Amino acid sequence: MNEIPNLANNAKVTIHDLDFFYAKYHALKSINMAITKNKVTAFIGPSGCGKSTLLRTFNRMYQLYPSQEAKGKIIMDGKNILDGKQDLNILRAKMGMVFQKPTPFPMSIFDNVAFGVKLYETLNRNELAERVEWALDKAALLDEVKDKLDHSGTSLSGGQQQRLCIARTIAVKPEVVLLDEPTSALDPISTARIEDLIFTLKQDYTIVIVTHNMQQAARVSDYTAYMYLGELIEFGNTDTIFTTPKQRATEDYITGKFG
Amino acid sequence: MVSIYTRRRIVNAINLIGSVLAMGIGLAWLFWILFTLFNKGLGGMNLALFMQMTPAPDENGGLLNAIAGSIAMVSIATAIGTPIGIMAGTYLAEFGQRGWLAPVTRFINDILLSAPSIVIGLFVYTVYVARVGHFSGWAGVLALSLIVIPVVVRTTEDMLRLIPNSLREAAAALGAPHWKIITLVTWRASKAGILTGILLAIARISGETAPLLFTALNNQFWSVDMNRPMANLPVAIFQFAMSPYEYWQELAWAGALLITLSVLALNIIARFFLRKHEQINQ
Repeated sequence: MNEIPNLANNAKVTIHDLDFFYAKYHALKSINMAITKNKVTAFIGPSGCGKSTLLRTFNRMYQLYPSQEAKGKIIMDGKNILDGKQDLNILRAKMGMVFQKPTPFPMSIFDNVAFGVKLYETLNRNELAERVEWALDKAALLDEVKDKLDHSGTSLSGGQQQRLCIARTIAVKPEVVLLDEPTSALDPISTARIEDLIFTLKQDYTIVIVTHNMQQAARVSDYTAYMYLGELIEFGNTDTIFTTPKQRATEDYITGKFG
Repeated sequence: MVSIYTRRRIVNAINLIGSVLAMGIGLAWLFWILFTLFNKGLGGMNLALFMQMTPAPDENGGLLNAIAGSIAMVSIATAIGTPIGIMAGTYLAEFGQRGWLAPVTRFINDILLSAPSIVIGLFVYTVYVARVGHFSGWAGVLALSLIVIPVVVRTTEDMLRLIPNSLREAAAALGAPHWKIITLVTWRASKAGILTGILLAIARISGETAPLLFTALNNQFWSVDMNRPMANLPVAIFQFAMSPYEYWQELAWAGALLITLSVLALNIIARFFLRKHEQINQ
């Protein structure tokens, strides 16, 4: 369909003929694309177009719900993620995910960040404390919370909670970070901080972001995919998509005529 | 013509008056009951009540053996019923999405929840007391835990269902296996609610008479042997209140007041935890 940028040399994840069903509803139709390593890929499109659904196939989050099903292949490092033989929890540890609404666990700030680390690593006290600080620092939250690590994670403001969730995700050192509309519930200042954060994070991680906000996609991403009604309409360099889109539908959406 | 606004005000006033009246009627009975209890029971509230055994009709005494028996049976029944109830409620809330087992369990639990307690007493009488041939504290415990289980199952399931799926997804996204999501995240997030359910179950069984009448019966003397008939407050109240002896009747009132105050205290504690729970979730 479309040319897939950098597919040959630098793809972290490739998607082949992916279909997705919510019970009978056909939510994704034959998606093919590649996610480039250490770059930011954005999914844009109107509500209900399937962008979050697509993101949630990367860590098989849909498997929590019995009636949801994916068909096709998602290849990461040569292995098909959708293959039932892949260990789901280890896959999820490699594919960090941050959600639309901040979801701090009902425990202290420290324990929130340490939660994922303790699942797969046995660190001693100092190492764990170092890791927690490292993650909080990476998420640009350390300065604000370093004196109250024992406070409840739910006591933070919305923007801080979301950065806490990012710290929690980074702390397990994933390979890919999936961001599902991470700033849609936040104020402009918190949004700007998280966008800065995405920019620094891509040095170490492959990032996929779903966003409703086209300016955000234009600001933070290297590649952009425009989706509509479960289909991938256009995928390419963000600059190209936003300046000279090939498809009429994409142009209508990004210029605000539609959506 | 009456304007819509005026009509709305009139309807509002009528409904408000109706609601306040209904509340007043409900509260009046409650306060009447409480007033009678205090009026008749307060006189019997003295140190002897907690120090002496249930007396013969012409002697002085207290309710110590009945208090001790009630505490023993209620706490053992809670200790048995709570873990079963929490586990079953967790199953229903966390694993009950597929298959037939969960809906069937939920249905049976609802029936058990609304079953008259006398039926539970008769059931335990038939399957246990009649077989072993004597009333016992254990039989009472069995009957009471059968009442605890459905209450705890229901509140545990309800409280776990209040936890948004986004929290489970967030834990799953970090690679946490299902059992760790439950024990480390969802239980923790709903622990105040689950605790409230347990307290309500305790409040419920501390006043139950019918299931104990057929199981633990009563015992006029001090006994901590769970394998023998055991004194308990509800049955002692029942027996003393029905008697013609004035002193026994006075003891029955004091016992009734004691149970009411304990249940009231438990309810207040439960509400306190629930309020704290709501504050955390805001």
